[in-house]
Amino acid sequence: MPTFWLVVLLLALSALGFAMGRRRALASAGGNPRNLHSLPNYYGANVAMSTAVPALAILAIWLLVQPIVIENRVSALIPETSIPENTSLSLVMSDVRRLAEGLDEAVNQSFLTQKQSFALDSATSDIRSDLGAVGVALGSEVRPEVLEAAQSYRQLSSSGATLMTVVAVLSALVGFFLAYRNSDKEFRARNVVERGVMALLVLAASLAILTTVGIVLSMFFETMNFFGLHNWRDFFFGTTWAPNFRGDSELSILPLLWGTLYISAIALMVAVPVGLFAAIYLSEYAGSTVRAFAKPLLEILAGIPTIVYGLFALLTVGPLLLKLFGQGENGVFGLTWMSGATSVLTAGVVMGIMLIPFVSSLSDDIINAVPQALRDGSLGLGATKSETVRQVVLPAALPGIVGAILLAASRAIGETMIVVMGAGAIAKFSGNPFESMTTITTRIVSQLTGDTDFASPETLVAFALGLSLFVLTLGLNVLALYIVRKYREQYD
Amino acid sequence: MNTMNVMDRTLETKTTKIAARDVNVYYGDTHAIKDVNVKIEANTVTAFIGPSGCGKSTFLRCLNRMNDTIDICRVTGDILLDGEDIYDKRVDPVQLRAKVGMVFQKPNPFPKSIFDNVSYGPRIHGLARNKAELEEIVEKSLRRAAIWEEVKDRLDAPGTGLSGGQQQRLCIARAIATEPEVLLMDEPCSALDPIATAQVEELIDELRASYSVVIVTHSMQQAARVSQKTAFFHLGNLVEFGPTGQIFTNPEDPRTESYITGRIG
Repeated sequence: MPTFWLVVLLLALSALGFAMGRRRALASAGGNPRNLHSLPNYYGANVAMSTAVPALAILAIWLLVQPIVIENRVSALIPETSIPENTSLSLVMSDVRRLAEGLDEAVNQSFLTQKQSFALDSATSDIRSDLGAVGVALGSEVRPEVLEAAQSYRQLSSSGATLMTVVAVLSALVGFFLAYRNSDKEFRARNVVERGVMALLVLAASLAILTTVGIVLSMFFETMNFFGLHNWRDFFFGTTWAPNFRGDSELSILPLLWGTLYISAIALMVAVPVGLFAAIYLSEYAGSTVRAFAKPLLEILAGIPTIVYGLFALLTVGPLLLKLFGQGENGVFGLTWMSGATSVLTAGVVMGIMLIPFVSSLSDDIINAVPQALRDGSLGLGATKSETVRQVVLPAALPGIVGAILLAASRAIGETMIVVMGAGAIAKFSGNPFESMTTITTRIVSQLTGDTDFASPETLVAFALGLSLFVLTLGLNVLALYIVRKYREQYD
Repeated sequence: MNTMNVMDRTLETKTTKIAARDVNVYYGDTHAIKDVNVKIEANTVTAFIGPSGCGKSTFLRCLNRMNDTIDICRVTGDILLDGEDIYDKRVDPVQLRAKVGMVFQKPNPFPKSIFDNVSYGPRIHGLARNKAELEEIVEKSLRRAAIWEEVKDRLDAPGTGLSGGQQQRLCIARAIATEPEVLLMDEPCSALDPIATAQVEELIDELRASYSVVIVTHSMQQAARVSQKTAFFHLGNLVEFGPTGQIFTNPEDPRTESYITGRIG
């Protein structure tokens, strides 16, 4: 039975369980819900839960584990000698899987009967062309040991699937009857459902955490591979970033890190004052009508895709800066500081604009959270609004504002599109904001999208860069949390 | 009735510090204060009493224009401080609030050190020429607020770390450090225990020598203990205003009597 229909069957069973459990509980109380321990729906939910949850859990685990078990058993069938030179067991196994799927497909399309498909012999029939006819292309002629392995693969898969169906349905039925028998007026169905709800919530929380762990681990292993191929000293302490697709590259993170931090710093220099002042205006000075439309307008900025900001950098800000600081005689100031539209300043300014709503929106919430009593106290002493803001409101809101700024900083460090389009692609150390530079994120993109072998250090360096970036932003977030927590104690 | 006239005459001789004439306050469509006329005298403690929501805090906040910070609030009528209308266009509400200080219901020390809390007002208004003078003002204010002995060794500690009663006395010290002429107190003891309340009440009585004090309170015993004049508000009206002794022993208006004896409110 296909898994989809199995799931539908289980859900139908659990829906039936809901109705029946509810009815039985009501009947046990003589039709009067007031005599029940829990509301009738809880009894129904209890039966539905006991039916569906264990069965679906078995199903999920089975679907995850079965392929691994079959893989192991089938690969044991392939003798060491039948693995051709320059390939590996995993390549042969993928042939086996493909052949097995092809044969199943042929049976599905009634090209072969089930019996015929198992009776095939690689010596007497041309399996490759037969399968080609049902739309399954095989990479090479089918060798006898591969065919044998594929047949055993099919055998195991189909008996595994049958067993899975039986076990899942059985467990659903057992759950159903146990819970159904329990649906009595004394039974505390409400408490059981409460535990079920908690389990659901715990599951959701642990999924999020496990995903993070999974991401970090996958990056970590690739990074280890990279350090197996490339000297870690060159990566962390070298000074040149010069990937060479013929190998023997200099892959050092430092010039990229410099570019990342430089651009982020300029972005924050733009975003923090503008965002903070906007937040102060909106929360302390603006009337309710101004606030009602200015705040959403400002937040629209946060909704613009970063690629659009990139276009803005490329088409508007870059040329504008070039006109101001470059072009010699033709420029506004007659300066020759800037030679092209892409520069650290271009990317930094545009990124800063992107971050304004982050800073302003978070700061606005934080400033609003400062108790009105503090403002009244200051105003009542004859302070003006700006004195109150500067000396009472901002110091009280400072930890939150610092947190907002650090969040904006980690956003700036992770930004890619604006840098690709605004900052150029040259990795170098330079203090000149009018020069092109590049960042970690853009180099990850360019290293991974190249044509090189996936196992080469030039590609794997992307994972090392990604992990370094992750550690950097994680560090910033931890610092933000630490600052917020430390000063919050002092002020509340 | 004769005795009352005598009392009135003796009080008339004191100078009027604040005079309110036909004051009406609206919050949007709500008419919060209706035609209130009151004269607050110098060197007197005036208590505003009345049930919750009767407008006594609102009226108090009109006296230093703190209601300006509320967008929907509208005030009509005249409030004269030393004969000058405080709602006149030429009056700067910021300077007015330096003259008419305020202490709030909940202690609201700034998240700064005790010293910085008290020196906040003098710094803003430039009352001290140098550090030594500032320290002198801070010490004087803390002494007058009867908290100096408790905090003199930890002026650098945050004001928020003090107990509730100490915080409220710190706020009073902060208010008197700017040398106001009138001190408005909005239920200053409602968040305090009886011992701290007694300390603050004693302080209020001492402050009368230099300021006019207006205090809003829910405790009639407190009004009777600390004030010389009492105003009873009910549903936005000033029902009765007179010497405290008379209000509590021989009220003219039946509503005042009902409130004082605990039948309404």
